[in-house]
Amino acid sequence: MKDLLAVVMLLGIYSLLSASFFVAMDAVDVAFTEAAVGAGISTLLMLVAITMTGRKEHHARHKPLLALAVVIVTGSLLIYGTLDMPYFGSAEAPIHQHVAPRYINDSMQEIGVPNIVTSVLASYRAFDTFGEVVVIFTAGMGVLALLSVVRHPEDTAKIDSINHSMHEQHLILRIVSKIMIPFILLFAFYVQFHGDFGPGGGFQAGVIFASAILLYAMLFGMSTARRVINQSLIQILAATGVLLYGSIGIVSLLNGKEFFDYSALSADPVAGQHLGILLIELGVGITVASVMVIIFFNFADRRDFSPKKENKDL
Amino acid sequence: MDTLVNISSTVLLLIGSFLFLSGGIGVLRFPDFYTRMHAVGVTETLATSMILLGLILHNPDFMVDVKLIIILLMTLFISPTASHALANAAIHNDLSKQKDDKPDDEVKPSNP
Repeated sequence: MKDLLAVVMLLGIYSLLSASFFVAMDAVDVAFTEAAVGAGISTLLMLVAITMTGRKEHHARHKPLLALAVVIVTGSLLIYGTLDMPYFGSAEAPIHQHVAPRYINDSMQEIGVPNIVTSVLASYRAFDTFGEVVVIFTAGMGVLALLSVVRHPEDTAKIDSINHSMHEQHLILRIVSKIMIPFILLFAFYVQFHGDFGPGGGFQAGVIFASAILLYAMLFGMSTARRVINQSLIQILAATGVLLYGSIGIVSLLNGKEFFDYSALSADPVAGQHLGILLIELGVGITVASVMVIIFFNFADRRDFSPKKENKDL
Repeated sequence: MDTLVNISSTVLLLIGSFLFLSGGIGVLRFPDFYTRMHAVGVTETLATSMILLGLILHNPDFMVDVKLIIILLMTLFISPTASHALANAAIHNDLSKQKDDKPDDEVKPSNP
């Protein structure tokens, strides 16, 4: 398929479908992440990338037979590998024997958080999650280093006049999004702070928060959004989230416990776990939201900067 | 009372499913972009509302009902807006009527 927009749309549909089968398999947290990240924001970022690169794929000069062969060989090896795996849902599978019983049986006493996924993600496996946050942060820094352009300060009156001229065309969208954005932000906060009790957490909340800002930027123009969202503040926030996460680990180290052992944070171990999970989820949320905004804004800036300008407003 | 609620919820769910089905058939069968969009845009909101109302009647739990009502309100806002945005983008990009009946190249980008 040569039309990249159609490819991106298909990918989004696929993400949404896989989110539904995650729900069917009772993995609501994973489904939530897939719906927010896979179907939501990554589709959006790819669309921005397409506005930068153009919609059609170039004709390939040669047939990609080698790539096809590599894919087929790798795929059949992977399928061959699955033959040794235990049957799906089998109770004897190693994954159900190793640490899962401890998570299911003891996490309520040890962590005291009803959502086991959150306690695994944020406490038992806090170090892995820290790695994920650092990866996201690194992605944001990479985009900043490679794609950021120096912007000249824009004329306020000009921005206003452009916005005014676009107002008629986008009237309905703008009004509806103005109604919706506060609720999207509120929902993001709900997901953020309710992650201990229900599905949710920093990653999903950050993405939802960022998507509200992206919606605003798309409908009201990049220049207006840039006036609302201070770019250097966003960059500082992205670093602050990672720093907050890491410093929780340092605090528990300094108190004589292991790295990311939150029971050091308070006299009562369970209260300490609660506090620790809340704080690191906050760090995750801040970093994810700001990195998404950074990536989007830098992609869009680069698009304005590129010489072959499309006259299509996003 | 219980039978009445069950029957009405079933009827609502069936109407919703029928509307979704007719919308889907419309997307596949109608000749050009605007009529196809008309098929979905008109049925989608009503069908979703019908199904959500059916689920609300079907469900005894109050909190779930509240969440379904919130989803209903969101749908009432978002799906007409989405249809509007789609049609607006098509008009903006000079997609004329009866131009083609391939679903692949519906929204042609305007020439820079």
